[in-house]
Amino acid sequence: MFAIPLAWLQLKRETIRLLVALAGIGFAVILMFLQLGFQDALFESAVTLHQNLDGDIFLISPQSTSLIAMKSFPDRRLYQSMGFAGVESISPIYLGFGIWKNPFWEGPPTSQTRSILVIGMVPGDSVFLLPEVKANQAQLRLTDVVLFDRASRTEFGPITEKFEALKATGGLVKSEIESRRVEVGGLFNLGASFGADGNLITSDLNFRRIFSDRKKGLIDIGLIKLKSGADLEKTLERFKQNLPGELRTDPKKTTNQTQEDFVVGDVRVLSKKAFITLEENYWKESTAIGFIFTLGTAIGFVVGTVIVYQILYTDVTDHLAEYATLKAMGYKNRYLLSVVFQEAIILAVMGFIPGYILSIGLYNLTRNATALPIAMTLNRAILVLCLAILMCVISGSIAVRKVQDADPADIF
Amino acid sequence: MLQPIIAIENVSHYFGAGRLRKQILFDITTIVEPGEVVIMTGPSGSGKTTLLTLIGALRSTQSGSLKVLGQELRGGSENKLVELRRNIGYIFQAHNLLNSLRAWQNVQMSIELHSEIPASESRDRAESMLEAVGLADWATQYPSELSGGQKQRVAIARALVCNPKLVLADEPTAALDKKSGRDVVEIMHDLAKKQGSAIVLVTHDNRILDLADRIIHMEDGRLSSLDVTPLANG
Repeated sequence: MFAIPLAWLQLKRETIRLLVALAGIGFAVILMFLQLGFQDALFESAVTLHQNLDGDIFLISPQSTSLIAMKSFPDRRLYQSMGFAGVESISPIYLGFGIWKNPFWEGPPTSQTRSILVIGMVPGDSVFLLPEVKANQAQLRLTDVVLFDRASRTEFGPITEKFEALKATGGLVKSEIESRRVEVGGLFNLGASFGADGNLITSDLNFRRIFSDRKKGLIDIGLIKLKSGADLEKTLERFKQNLPGELRTDPKKTTNQTQEDFVVGDVRVLSKKAFITLEENYWKESTAIGFIFTLGTAIGFVVGTVIVYQILYTDVTDHLAEYATLKAMGYKNRYLLSVVFQEAIILAVMGFIPGYILSIGLYNLTRNATALPIAMTLNRAILVLCLAILMCVISGSIAVRKVQDADPADIF
Repeated sequence: MLQPIIAIENVSHYFGAGRLRKQILFDITTIVEPGEVVIMTGPSGSGKTTLLTLIGALRSTQSGSLKVLGQELRGGSENKLVELRRNIGYIFQAHNLLNSLRAWQNVQMSIELHSEIPASESRDRAESMLEAVGLADWATQYPSELSGGQKQRVAIARALVCNPKLVLADEPTAALDKKSGRDVVEIMHDLAKKQGSAIVLVTHDNRILDLADRIIHMEDGRLSSLDVTPLANG
């Protein structure tokens, strides 16, 4: 467009100022990346379990709000649904938090015990999409054998390392959960979430041995698999018609949503998608977390805007006489405005690049330190780049008002 | 008959508003012919610069008639005035070069306003203009690396590179010593004569008055010609 890239040349001429500006923008970009990354990691970790469940329709109690607050319900409903056309198989899932004792504890100040999520399943059923669970679930037929999540937090003890070491000699890691002796029969990979620091899988029988106060007929999640080729919506409609009790739907939800998420009598019926959405919405809307991270992102945005504004304003002020000269030579205001906006966009893109690279490093650091599933995604990179450009355009449009002050009559 | 480059008729100008309104220019009437070199002198505060900014379309004309390059400036739209400015070469008291651009780029900024000059030629043209002002070896320097006289010569190259019919200069020697001041004005004078451009030059500097075809004197907002050829053709 212009043979002389004035915007770039002006920025380049003030090297120190350019570096300060890039540091400031990079900082804002990192702040936004971290906040959005943590938020996504939270939601991601909260639904990792859901995503790895091998089912199409889920039954839960209408009083359950999230994995960390499940209310059990009678398994009669699950067995009833076995009779509906399109249903291939059903599996009950039991959930409970139990106190795990670190068998390799090295004494205070660390704590020997920690709460872990125990998942009970029928050993013969296919409940998880995780290949390691499928390979090892035969072990669960044995009394007091559990599978341990190797992505659990390190506070549970060096179970993975010891398991691998003992396997060579034929030994097994022994520990206690809820004061009951158990053996680790295998490992799998699921990941810690904000709600659960670690996960154990065991059989339904072992689950009731560990949680001896749980009654036999009460389950936490009913997992239903459809026959291949069965229509999800039509099958859900059958659940709506045939389960006993009154049909209730959330009046705030759209018709599409209520097709996949409704309550009949004493169970709530959800498609897999709606089950994931339910968990996400719990963390997004009914905890402070979504708000906090959004606020953090907004603060990063505001900080960035102020920094870019300061830089651009100083730059325009320094060049005011030059801009007035250009006006006197016959350059239009539009040209000068475009110079300021070009500077803003150059700053945004150049500040984004180091911010992006450092954020990837910080994500790795966070992932290793917290076992949270945090990683750079293309969508987030595009979102933050857009935010960075928007940030610079906003500050640019405040700073250009100063350009109007450049009066060519003043320079004679 | 050639159309005059500048035709000023009964131009008055006021600053301020209400009770603070102050008249700066009183019924100025004069013309400048193509190729003429006019030097305007007068004490500071006499309104010389105001008149120059009016001619340069940097201020809007309030009363009277002011025609520059055949175009009436009074009541002209902002766009028209900006277009007109592209055909006038300006030389300011301070050089007013763009500090982030090299000398040839500064000259090229002026060429870019003229879409009729192809981009491929513009650098050559900028460099040959710098050669004409004696800065062939300095074309890639930044303004901060040039002396005061050299900077002013770059400014002259910038003003003249597109062969404007009119060059306006406001005390171009003010920031220069005697020798380089004289040099600068001579370069400007010679190049303008070669291109057939008219020059209106405001100065306090008596040492350059001999370069003028005509000297006009401004005092308290009124014009008195010293060396007038009073409207010889009109």
